[in-house]
Amino acid sequence: MKIHIPTPLRVYAGKQDSVSVNATTVGEALGQLTEEHPDLKKHLYSEDGKLRAFVNVYLNDEDIRYLPAKDSTPVSEADSLSIIPSIAGGAPVMEEATALPELSTAEMARYSRHLILPEVGMEGQQRLKAAKVLCVGTGGLGAPLAFYLAAAGIGTLGLVDFDVVDESNLQRQIIHSTKDVGRPKIDSAADKLSALNPHMKIVKHETMLTSQNALDIIKDYDIVADGTDNFPTRYLVNDACVLSGKPNAYGSIFRFEGQASVFATEEGPCYRCLYPEPPPPGLVPSCAEGGVLGILPGLVGIIQATEVIKLILGKGDPLIGRLLLVDSLGMKFRELKLRKNPECPVCGTNPTVTKLIDYDQFCGIQPAAAPAAVLNGIEQITPMDLKRRLDAKDDVFVLDVREPYEFQIASMGGHLIPLNDLPKRVSELDASREIVVHCKMGGRSQKAAEFLKQNGFTKVQNLAGGINAWSAEIDPTVPKY
Amino acid sequence: MLKLSEQVYSAMRTHGEETYPHECCGVLLGRSEGDVNCVEDAVRAGNTRTDSAHNRYNIAPQELVKIQRQGRERGLDIVGFYHSHPDHPAQWSKTDFAEAHWLGCSYVITSVQKGRATVTNSFLLTGSGEDDKAFLDEALEVERCSVAAL
Repeated sequence: MKIHIPTPLRVYAGKQDSVSVNATTVGEALGQLTEEHPDLKKHLYSEDGKLRAFVNVYLNDEDIRYLPAKDSTPVSEADSLSIIPSIAGGAPVMEEATALPELSTAEMARYSRHLILPEVGMEGQQRLKAAKVLCVGTGGLGAPLAFYLAAAGIGTLGLVDFDVVDESNLQRQIIHSTKDVGRPKIDSAADKLSALNPHMKIVKHETMLTSQNALDIIKDYDIVADGTDNFPTRYLVNDACVLSGKPNAYGSIFRFEGQASVFATEEGPCYRCLYPEPPPPGLVPSCAEGGVLGILPGLVGIIQATEVIKLILGKGDPLIGRLLLVDSLGMKFRELKLRKNPECPVCGTNPTVTKLIDYDQFCGIQPAAAPAAVLNGIEQITPMDLKRRLDAKDDVFVLDVREPYEFQIASMGGHLIPLNDLPKRVSELDASREIVVHCKMGGRSQKAAEFLKQNGFTKVQNLAGGINAWSAEIDPTVPKY
Repeated sequence: MLKLSEQVYSAMRTHGEETYPHECCGVLLGRSEGDVNCVEDAVRAGNTRTDSAHNRYNIAPQELVKIQRQGRERGLDIVGFYHSHPDHPAQWSKTDFAEAHWLGCSYVITSVQKGRATVTNSFLLTGSGEDDKAFLDEALEVERCSVAAL
């Protein structure tokens, strides 16, 4: 096969524009090339034997860094390798590297275990102090992420959250404590962080990140860490990072599994290269609907924090172009190679998304409207109306379509038939009676009610908001979960 | 010295005006004859730096592979690159130097002031590697390259 040599390197290859080698793999071909022309070696490889950062080698039209089998990729006589040094540059920027901030004596004592690491040292610690990191969300992922970044000595930490601490958050969001229930998360988080590290600056953005404010918030930071729990915000963070050229340390969790990667770097892929389209709404349940092992966001959030620190220090191998999959039940870590998609609508060669869009619409989410009185032909009953009917001793049959384990957590005395069992147990129900169906939040019970209606039950109503709404509005002794 | 035709010269400058206020970039195909890089064609490239296109450029290596192949089919080599500096002088920047790796190639910079191409300069990347590389001011001669003389 032929290896094409670019003009600047031909002097080291006997002035030839291409070199023929007889090889079976990419690695073998490059090995033969440098054996035949040893002067080429130092131009192609750094001292640790890695391909130099500015040198790209293409097998036909593929960058060999992204070939699944890398150097072991088989080659045939018809293939060709091209060596392509990179081409980049640009007009001078006004702000040339500013001096790094000095550390105080107290800071030197605090960071001594970092300072004696050659990979961090004084300069690295000063870089951390100079760095500005934005944590989007102070929930499951944001809690450990912000906590460890604060401990590590990040100079400026921005927090974005608009939520308040709920009892159900405490199983995993370790930055908040029991006494904080009902407080804005951002205040609770800021208190813990400044108690841990008084040397840092905390910037509170108590708002929902939106297409209107995202670029303005992000512009003051060097790196963004995405600890969001929903698709619209995740795409918003990704696109805002790509458009403003800030790396995105990404993490996400579901039940027992998590993912982490670094997106939106100059060379690497973005979240849209991995998932160009969001899943249809409702297909992937949120943690509130699907549950999550409390420890898992700790595991994944700390991976994100590690990546943030590495990016600032410029050390190690960042998760760029790699998706780390964490399976906490099997306790297995796997890795997938990700490639920058040249067709990517936001980071590709000809992007179609050049400003932030409506992400709720992109993710197929309807704007929240006032609860409908009738949905798909099913009458919706409010907890208050149901209570009135029950108090009046009307003949109302309450059907609970949740799972038995949910029934154990909280019950409002309904007859339990889990949604999936309903078709085969429908005979247990009396079509002549009025039936009110409920689940946790009202989604599954709507499906059950629609099923019953199709099967000849005419007097079926759905409890809007489910047992959680019942707990909030009528009976606080019923646990919310 | 960099020799190029009036056509190629104005093609580079027009490209910079078209992409203003963003940087344009492209590849110069031709032949290298001793100290002279003789340009036959300027091929436009897409600037992949959408994040900061007003003061950065980057040519996707994939695109470069293609341009190089097309050049080879016409018997031409990559002899240089061009890009624009919107509202900045036609002088190489620190970034230009740090990111320049094609030794022996010409790096042509056109200053585009308020949308109009003004000065165009060429710099030859000399040296034997990353340690001793340097940009030298290079004479730019606009004329028709004589293929017969090569």
